[in-house]
Formats: sequence, structure tokens, C-alpha cells
Amino acid sequence: MSAKDFLQKLSEATGISGYEHSVRELMVEAFRPYTDEISVTPAGNVIAIKRGTRDPKSKTPAPKVLIEGHMDEIGLMVTDIERGLLRFTQVGGFDVRVLLAQEVIVHGKQPLRGIIGSRPPHVLTDAEREKVIPMPDLFVDVGVPEDKVRDLVSIGDPITLARQMISLKGNLVAGKAFDDRCALVSVVEALKHLATLKHSWDVYAVANVQEEVGLYGAMTSTFKINPDVAIALDVSHADQPNSTEVNAVPLGDGMGLAMGPNIHPLVHKKLIEVANANEIPFKVTAYAGATGTNAWAMQVVQAGIPTGLIDIPLRYMHTSVETLNLNDLERIGRLMALFCAALDEKFFKELRGDQIESEKENPKKGREGGRRRKKAKR
Amino acid sequence: MLLEKLSNARGVSGNENEVREILIDAIKDRVTEYRVDTLGNLIALKKAKGARPSTALRTRAPLRVMLAAHMDEVGLLIVHHDSNGHLRFAKVGSIDDRVLLSKVVLIGNDKIPGVIGVKPIHLLKQREREQVIDADSLTIDIGASSKENAQGAVKVGDYATFATEFSKFGDGLVKGKALDDRVGCAVLVEILKRDFPFDLYGVFTVQEEVGARGARVAAHAIAPDVAFVLEGATCDDSPKKKDVSPVTRVGAGPAITVADSSMIADRRLVQLLVATAQEQRIPFQFRVPSVRGGTDAGRIHIARDGIPSAVVSVATRYIHSPVSVLSLREFENVIALMNKALPKLAKGLPDL
Amino acid sequence: MIAEAYGPSGHEHIIREVIRDEIKSLADEVRVDALGNLIAHRKAVGATPRKKVMLAAHMDEIGVMVTHIDEKGFLRFASLGGVFANTLVGHRCRFENGIIGAFGQEKKNSSRTETQLDKMFIDIGARDGKNSPINVGDAAGFWREFTDLGDRMIAKTMDDRIGCAVLIETLRQLKKSPHEIFAVFTVQEEVGVRGATTSAFGVQPDVAIAIDVTDTGDTPESNTMAVALGKGPAIKVKDSGMLAHRGVKTALITAAQENKIPYQLEVLTGGSTDAMAMQVSREGVPAGVVSIPTRYVHTPSEMVDFDDAQNAVKLLVAFLGKPIKLD
Repeated sequence: MSAKDFLQKLSEATGISGYEHSVRELMVEAFRPYTDEISVTPAGNVIAIKRGTRDPKSKTPAPKVLIEGHMDEIGLMVTDIERGLLRFTQVGGFDVRVLLAQEVIVHGKQPLRGIIGSRPPHVLTDAEREKVIPMPDLFVDVGVPEDKVRDLVSIGDPITLARQMISLKGNLVAGKAFDDRCALVSVVEALKHLATLKHSWDVYAVANVQEEVGLYGAMTSTFKINPDVAIALDVSHADQPNSTEVNAVPLGDGMGLAMGPNIHPLVHKKLIEVANANEIPFKVTAYAGATGTNAWAMQVVQAGIPTGLIDIPLRYMHTSVETLNLNDLERIGRLMALFCAALDEKFFKELRGDQIESEKENPKKGREGGRRRKKAKR
Repeated sequence: MLLEKLSNARGVSGNENEVREILIDAIKDRVTEYRVDTLGNLIALKKAKGARPSTALRTRAPLRVMLAAHMDEVGLLIVHHDSNGHLRFAKVGSIDDRVLLSKVVLIGNDKIPGVIGVKPIHLLKQREREQVIDADSLTIDIGASSKENAQGAVKVGDYATFATEFSKFGDGLVKGKALDDRVGCAVLVEILKRDFPFDLYGVFTVQEEVGARGARVAAHAIAPDVAFVLEGATCDDSPKKKDVSPVTRVGAGPAITVADSSMIADRRLVQLLVATAQEQRIPFQFRVPSVRGGTDAGRIHIARDGIPSAVVSVATRYIHSPVSVLSLREFENVIALMNKALPKLAKGLPDL
Repeated sequence: MIAEAYGPSGHEHIIREVIRDEIKSLADEVRVDALGNLIAHRKAVGATPRKKVMLAAHMDEIGVMVTHIDEKGFLRFASLGGVFANTLVGHRCRFENGIIGAFGQEKKNSSRTETQLDKMFIDIGARDGKNSPINVGDAAGFWREFTDLGDRMIAKTMDDRIGCAVLIETLRQLKKSPHEIFAVFTVQEEVGVRGATTSAFGVQPDVAIAIDVTDTGDTPESNTMAVALGKGPAIKVKDSGMLAHRGVKTALITAAQENKIPYQLEVLTGGSTDAMAMQVSREGVPAGVVSIPTRYVHTPSEMVDFDDAQNAVKLLVAFLGKPIKLD
């Protein structure tokens, strides 16, 4: 399946945080041809392992690199049924203004088409038109009588936006839930590409649940795997109208390679090396603290994980018309594969802080990100 | 003076190398071993010494005690080059936007100087003078003639610190940047000079100011039985009209935390510290949750299946600004209090 | 009486002893962990496959901590947990040593509609600030007596002493379970689910259930919420800290339906419970919540329905009495 077709399938699948099962099935299928083992954790994360080629004499287990994206999308949930109309709350963060007049699917006993209703402008006063309608005043109309609604829909049923992916000019596409299913397309692209490369580290491809409600999936799957390097793939704001250019990566220009406290300097350096060596375009982005991605959770799991973050440029995030350039997804997949293949014993030792032979003679002071262990003289 | 060296050293959260190198030099001959973990925490172990090493609260022996002080300071991160060569920045850790105006900063490993300039008063409308300027709309001027010129000197992702020189100040006080928490680091170095009847893990943590991230992973890795955090505490002792809590006062003695936003201290450890202070006639004060703010202990005490924790601080005025102030006597008193209190852990803690 | 016992977050030593007395004959082993969580272990009986189930109810109550004693003897304070200033005026608090104080508020610069904690104080009737029987750092809980209204009950701390009572009663009525049961009475829930964080790491359960209160939508002009007093315990779908595990939620619903126990489904838009911490422990733990509908949560007068509590016990006994399927 082409990257575009796969993205369409993922985008149009439904799965708000905590209810990712249909996306999970697609991911298990997508990982299967390219990996050696697949498991699902109690929380619902998919972990697929592609074993590296190890020197058979090596007694130590292969180091582990984790690359991940999250399966969940933001959505809505039924809180009450009022005269046959559904009141709702959100799961993840919407701008309430984009919800008006959206078509939705209510996941009751059977899927029901619904509309987030709005009153016609003709009946509104000027003052009313200038106010944003708060979420408690919005409702979903499924167009069936109240007793039938009560039979089909329960409190707590998920609601997703109904939107089919469309192609725009160039290689741009628009749709819902590209955040963060487009990252999963890149992860699968990486695995495809990796089949043609030799790698010595075990590669853990992970599709996580519940990112939008607190990075919960990544927290737990990373605890289980306890990798030596973890890379999060998540969307970031591309250049778009009326928006700051800080950290914005133009669509089609590759990706952002993030920097800041969340990112291990050696992992960042390695990503740049690999990108440069393969003429893959990127821009360095900088985050002063929380990156708002799974990288933030993964870094502090167990005794600490060297973490990297790839920013996937995306316009109109958290709406139903998220827009991206397919070339970027392919490039990110390629970079991930080449990065995994470039991980060697030397890099492992550098990360672990073991003294490297050549440096023992002439230890450099303040080596960037260098990590060491020493027995002190007493 | 080590505190001076530490205060002048540059170490914004995520980039603590310079501070770490100073600390490695200061402790390497006094500890059994040390290592630097993947986030950059410096973890030193001093093995138990003494006639009868104390045993662990649980089953493991000997007792493990973790002392933590954070190496990082609040600062700035360069995020963008404007078309005119000015630099945009983001704040690393919490800084009051209002203290940024008209300050000198040093950027990157090459310490490129820059100024955070603002429009002169002559050009301001009355209304503008009354407005707080958002950090997002401030820029750093390094004197670059163009965007390309600036890009040659400073990269996106470079860190910047305030350019403040440490010095003696007033009567028995010192001033400098980053005393939160280089003072804790200096205290910890002093404590590591002594021997204790338990395994002492001295941890110089990273990334406290962005969420106690270093302490979190260090506590998980070490799994101590008890932990103490050494800090520079918020202090609000300037005269006020209202008779309310100053949080801490400079000169009132080591501050023992009862609770803050991130932790309610272990009652037994608080009692141990109070009893020791009273016995040794060391003045002390309580740090209570009258303001927001937490410490590394917030993450340490909930690591694994729970670690009894306490915080001892030196009251520090004007923290998270380019220049902070503390009392050297208080610094000495925190060292004295810890040195007298810690050996008592050999008897173990009473049941909760 | 567990509703009246003293126990603000971080100061659970008194309520812990009260509960320990109640449960020591109901468990095979009872211990207290490093943070003060009370953990009662009941061994599995009979059939496999068994699961390790952690049940959590928190012992702590919201309260206040003294931050300053002024020259006249008034006490300034900070909150321990989510204390709303507008619920305090005219109410009282009680310190560990039994001293009772009244909450007062500054007259100057403050209006009755916009009360803020930093414009309030506690008056213990002192003539001045010297030799105060209270120290900076002392904590107090609200002070109101437990009131039985017949079907319904009011107390200062139904959140979450009603959960503690349900959990104790569950241990009493659960004659045997195929599961390893860890009933954990947690500390410091109100200041950030800290006790559940550490006890879940220690217990390492396969399934976790929190027993806590939830809001209702059945009072005049209340926010939209499809939970009411007296319609049965609520099985949580979502709150602001977590989404209940689908499998656990479904298993609880099935247990209620099979045993004809009334229940409601709950989507809470403000607040969370210990389950939020348990679900992310280690590799992740499927977690759910059995909630007791409660009016006026986080005020000195929280109201619950006795039948809801009894049905919560029945629901937990039914759930724990059988093998748990999570798919």
C-alpha cells in the first residue's frame, strides 16, 4: 500500500484516546510484514520488534531503539441525553469554534451519523453572532427520536469528526487525525526502508495510545521496553497564515529536528549527521521545556532515556482539515531507517558514557553530552 | 570560594556541563565513585564508614541516603533569528517577564554578549509605560548587521544566561546569579567531605527548573531509603504593609520545609531536623506552602514505592532573576545542621 | 467514626489507625508503606486464572496549613488540596490538637462574591500572637459533625471516607475471591494522587479500581451531568485525569447487570482520582473507578445516599467474586 493510501486509511479510521482499537488493528497489520514480533500491552499500545543483526559471538543483548507515533485522535464524548439531543465534552483539546456545523459519527451500539447543530444566522441578533458558543451549549443531533437515541446511545460513548481525506495541489493532503497518524505512516515507511538496510540494534516500532490526554501510552510502553534511544515522531506547526514563524517548518521542506532540555544532545547530533550525509532537508527547532509530545514522557522513564524528537510540519492542527505534504512523511521515514542503521557499538558506548579508547589518552573536558563513569581515587 | 565559581558558571536546564565539570573536580577525590547518567545527573557514591553501618529501613543493607541539589538555573533559549539579526528567545524555567528588560546576557559556548533592549522612555506613550512587555515580544541584540550575520554567531538551540558577577554584598551576604541552587550544590560538596555510617549518594541533578526531571530518574535508579534536597528557598522578606508570611527570611536560619506545592515533607525527617537544630542551638525556620513552587523532592518522594524526603534550604532573595542574595552564615548553618542530623539516621526512622 | 477523624493530606496518621483497627481482622496481612499508605492483602482462594487486583480509597481530606501567625494571633493559611475560598466563610477547622478555629476574611479590598484564600485567616480566639498553641506548618481539616438524614448523610469528608467505608465493607462481605486483593487506603490523593503513585508501584497490580466520590447534576441549575444521588454507584467512563480502561468499565457494567445492581455511567469534566496514577504505573495497569455520587464535593457538607454506598459494595463484591475478563 502506498504511503498516501495508508494515511487515508488511518485518517479515516476512528479512535479517540482510550478507544484506539480500530486503529490498533490497522497498525498490527501494517507492522506484521516488516517485523519479527508484535505484542499489545495492557494499555493497548502496539509494540513491534525488528531484530538487528548481531555478531553471534556477542554476549550482550542488542541495544534497543524505539521509534513511535500515537494512534489516538482528539474527539468528543457523550455526557448527557437531553430531549433526544446529545450533550458532549471533549477528549483532548479542540478550539470550540471549529466544532460548529461539523458532521460527526457517534459510536453507540451502532455508528450514527450526527451533526453539531447551529442556529441559522437569520434568527440571531448581532450581539449573539459575535459570541463564541461555549461547548456546554453545543449538541449533536442524530436525527432520530428520543427513545431510539436512548436505546442506541449511552453516556460515555465516543464521538469522532466525520471527514474524508482529500488531495490538494502538489503533494498536499488534508484530513482529520493526521495528528499523529501521519507519524505512524512514517514509522511504517521506515520499517519498509529498513528491510533494505543492515542494522545491529533491535528496532522497536511503537504505536501508542492516549497521547492527547496526558502522554499515558508512551509512558507505559517505554517503561516496558526500557530502550537505549527513543525517538518521538509528532506533528508541529508548519508555516501558516497569521502565525509565528518561530519553530515553524515550511511544508515540503523536510522536518524539524528538535533541541532543548527534552532532547539528548548526542541523539540530536546523530540525527543531524545522518540527515546531512543523506541530503535530507531539516530545520533545527528549539523548545525551552515541555515539547508537548511523547518525547517529554519518554525521557524520564525509569533511570532516564536518551530521547530525540522529529517535528512533522502540519497546518491547522487539531481541526478536521489538518494539512501536510506527503514528501515530508516519506523523508522522515527514510531518515528514521538510516538513523536506526547508523546506530552502532561506538554510539552505544558514547551514550552510556563509557570512556572511548581514543579519548582515554586525551580526555576532553566538557565534552558535549559526554556521559562518564569513573572510580575515584580515595 | 566554590560558591562563587558555581554561581558564575553557566548551566541552564538541559545544558549543565560547565557546572558539572566544576563539581566533578570538587568531589572526585572525596567519593568512592561517581558517574554521569543519561540525562546528565552527576551521581556520587560515598560508601558507609564507621563502626556499625546502619541497616536499611527495608531489608537491604546498608542504608542508602540520597542528598540532591540541582545544577541547573533558569535562563533563555534562542529560538529564532529575526530578519534584522535580532534574536528571539524562550524562557527556560519560570522567569518574571518584567525582570528581563535592560539586561545583559551571554549566549552559547562562545559567550556571545547580547542586550535585551527596549524602546527608550522618550518614545513611549503613557499607556505603553504601564504595560508589561511579554517575553515573546522581546529580542536580544548582539549587534549583528543582518540575519545571516547573526546566524554565523548564534544558533537556534543555543542557551543564554544572565551576565552577573558574584560578589560579597552588604553585611555577611553575597549576591550573584543562580544561587538557586548553586548554594545547594556547594552545601552538598561540603557534606561529601565527611564520612557517614551509611551509603551516601550525593546527586547533582539536572533540569529541576523544567520539572524536576533529573531528580526523578536519579531517584528511580538509586532507590534510596531516605532523601534530602538542599535548596535555595523562595524568600519574600521585604517590608510589606500586610502582616503575612515572608515564606522565608534571610538570617532566620536554615529553612526546613513542612510542605510546598510539590511535596508534604516526611514528618519524621522534619522532627529529626528540628530536634537537631534545637540541640545544636542552630536557628531554623519553617518553609510552608504560602507560595507556589516545588523542588526535586516533589519527584523524589513519589519515585518507586515512595521515599521519605525532606528539604533544607538557604533563604534566597530575588531568585529566578539575574541577581539573587543570601547569607553566608545561613549557608554555614545548613552545612552544620545536615552534618549533625545525618548521623542520627543510623538509628533508623520510627514507624509512621 | 471515620468521617469525623482528623486527616488532611500528609497528616493521615490518626485516620490510618482508625481504619487499621477496622480491617486487621479482615486481611491476611496489613502493612504501611514509606509514604503512609495502609495496604491490606487478602490472599486468593480457589480457582485460577487469578489476577492481582488493587482497590484504592484515599484516607486524606482537603484542609489547610498555617503559613503565618500575625501579631494579633490570627493565622494565615494555604490550602492542602482543592479548597474553594467561597465555601469557607463562616465555617470552622480543627487542628490535630483539637483546637478549633473560625474562618474569617479581610473586610478591606475584598468583596463577598470574590473571596480569595490569601485574603482569609483563621481565628482561634487568641488575644495576640505570642505563645500560640498553633505553630506555622500545622495542618487542620474542616470541622463539621456527621449528620444522618435517613436515606442520605452529610459529612465534612465524604470525599473519600465514604470510599474507605465502602472498601472496608467490601472486605467484610467478600467471603472469598479468586483474586489476590490489595485494599489500599491511600494518602495524599488531594494534593496530586501521590499515595496511589507509590503504592501502585509497590503492589504491581494487574487490575486497579479506585473507589471515590463523583459530582452530580441533580441539584438546582447544576452543570450538565447525568449522575444523580440514589440511582446507584457510578461506573466511570472519563474524568479530567483519565479514561477508564474499556475492559474494566465493561466488566463492572456486566457485574452490575448480572446481579441487578443499579448503576450509572459517569463522565466527569472536573477532577480525577487515584486511578489516574494507577493506570500509568510501570508498564500500565488497566484501571477503572467505582464512584459514589456526592453533592457539594470539596465543601464542609458533602452529601451521599446510603443506598448508593451499599450498592457500590454489592458491585465490588460481585466484580471481585468472579474471574475478570478484560476484552
